[in-house]
Amino acid sequence: MVKFVSIILAAVLVNNYVLRQFLGICPFLGVSKDLKNATGMSIAVVFVMVLATAVTYPIQKALLEAHNLAYLQTIVFILVIAALVQFVEIALKKFIPALYRALGVYLPLITTNCAVLGVTIANIDAKYTYAESIVNAFGSGLGFFLAMVIFSGVRSKLENSRPPKAFSGLPITLVAAGIVSLAFFGFGGIVENLFAKG
Amino acid sequence: MFPIIIAISVVAGIGVVAGALLTTASKVMNVPVDETAEKLRECLPGANCGACGYAGCDGYAAALAGRLEAATNLCVPGGDTVSREISEILDLPVLDVIEQVAAVHCLGCVGTVQQKMTYQGINSCRAAKLQYSGEYSCTYGCLGYGDCAVVCPNNAICVQDGIARVIHERCIGCGLCARTCPNGIIHVHADTITCIIDCSNHARGAEVVKVCSAGCIGCRKCERECPVDAISIKENLPFIDYDKCVGCGHCKTVCVRKCIRFADFRGELTRSY
Repeated sequence: MVKFVSIILAAVLVNNYVLRQFLGICPFLGVSKDLKNATGMSIAVVFVMVLATAVTYPIQKALLEAHNLAYLQTIVFILVIAALVQFVEIALKKFIPALYRALGVYLPLITTNCAVLGVTIANIDAKYTYAESIVNAFGSGLGFFLAMVIFSGVRSKLENSRPPKAFSGLPITLVAAGIVSLAFFGFGGIVENLFAKG
Repeated sequence: MFPIIIAISVVAGIGVVAGALLTTASKVMNVPVDETAEKLRECLPGANCGACGYAGCDGYAAALAGRLEAATNLCVPGGDTVSREISEILDLPVLDVIEQVAAVHCLGCVGTVQQKMTYQGINSCRAAKLQYSGEYSCTYGCLGYGDCAVVCPNNAICVQDGIARVIHERCIGCGLCARTCPNGIIHVHADTITCIIDCSNHARGAEVVKVCSAGCIGCRKCERECPVDAISIKENLPFIDYDKCVGCGHCKTVCVRKCIRFADFRGELTRSY
């Protein structure tokens, strides 16, 4: 149990996919303009990350590693995740239309999001067990959620400010993203020390 | 030679399996699309303004297709053209759309209304309203930061001399501005009206005079003089019963504060979306 908590904390704060590892920057900048869209996107990311990990982990272990094909990891994962998200979209449309409408356009948008691919590959590289991988994927999704919500708050402040003309628009947004990321670097080493033995 | 064939066949195999899965899934779990709703949606303007009372154009189209007692003449921005198309698709008699137009009931521009402070906060009416009801002494009038102009889907509102003005030729009558205004001084009327009261201050005359030189003092002259008894004073402001009003313009002539406006609110719509 302690292991799971430490994995989640590490994924949310220390190894935050957006702010520490700079993956998934595209939706981070593109969809963070208002809180409602940011939350919708983040929930879809959490959902897809967990699902993608649940499917790709057995494929890696049973198919690729068993037949010495581990070098095909990236291309196979992309293929599987893309097909999976499409399948989920079709299934949601049929069985849970309310959720389909809520996730809306974000579900196909994140089909090949690098953060999703990053999580599935990182789980393999970190030599996690199946349960740990799922927990890590969930935590990474939460980390994405946190980054999106924080940044949408920052952006709503930016909307009402008047930066110098050369900075207005995307430049000031990138500067703000850099500062938020710097803040998250302050979490470095916290989880290791929190759960250190002895 | 050998390893690459395995690699290719594995990736291709996964591709074929995924493809087959998706194809069967889309066949098995096919959700029939309501063609009437699609067709109705296409003839609606797509401004998603909500004037019909449904959640956007998609919502109205779905309600019409489902025949949930949705009237066919609810799309005010679309006007008669859209009403006619909807009626054709649904095979119902054509209903005329009463075009609507928004009007700002205030004349308190720079120079007429007293300023009580200089506001330097966030550039929006809602924020200004939260801070001592804005920078003007009149707490009923236009705040002048143009929240209404921001929400207008057809750029029909501009802020001039610190007061919002509706360009009637561009107004589609969706009422988004009326719902946005924190002081509630924008009202949507049928565009057949000819006169409106240009003040929203419910305070008594003496107090109005102190804060604004253009405000209505509730002197009841218009109420007494109106030849068809269409005007009644409610809470120190004239209220025009447009069913009775004949548009003679007498009230405007007798008004001592010149706060009754006569204008033609109709006019060809010009659209920007």
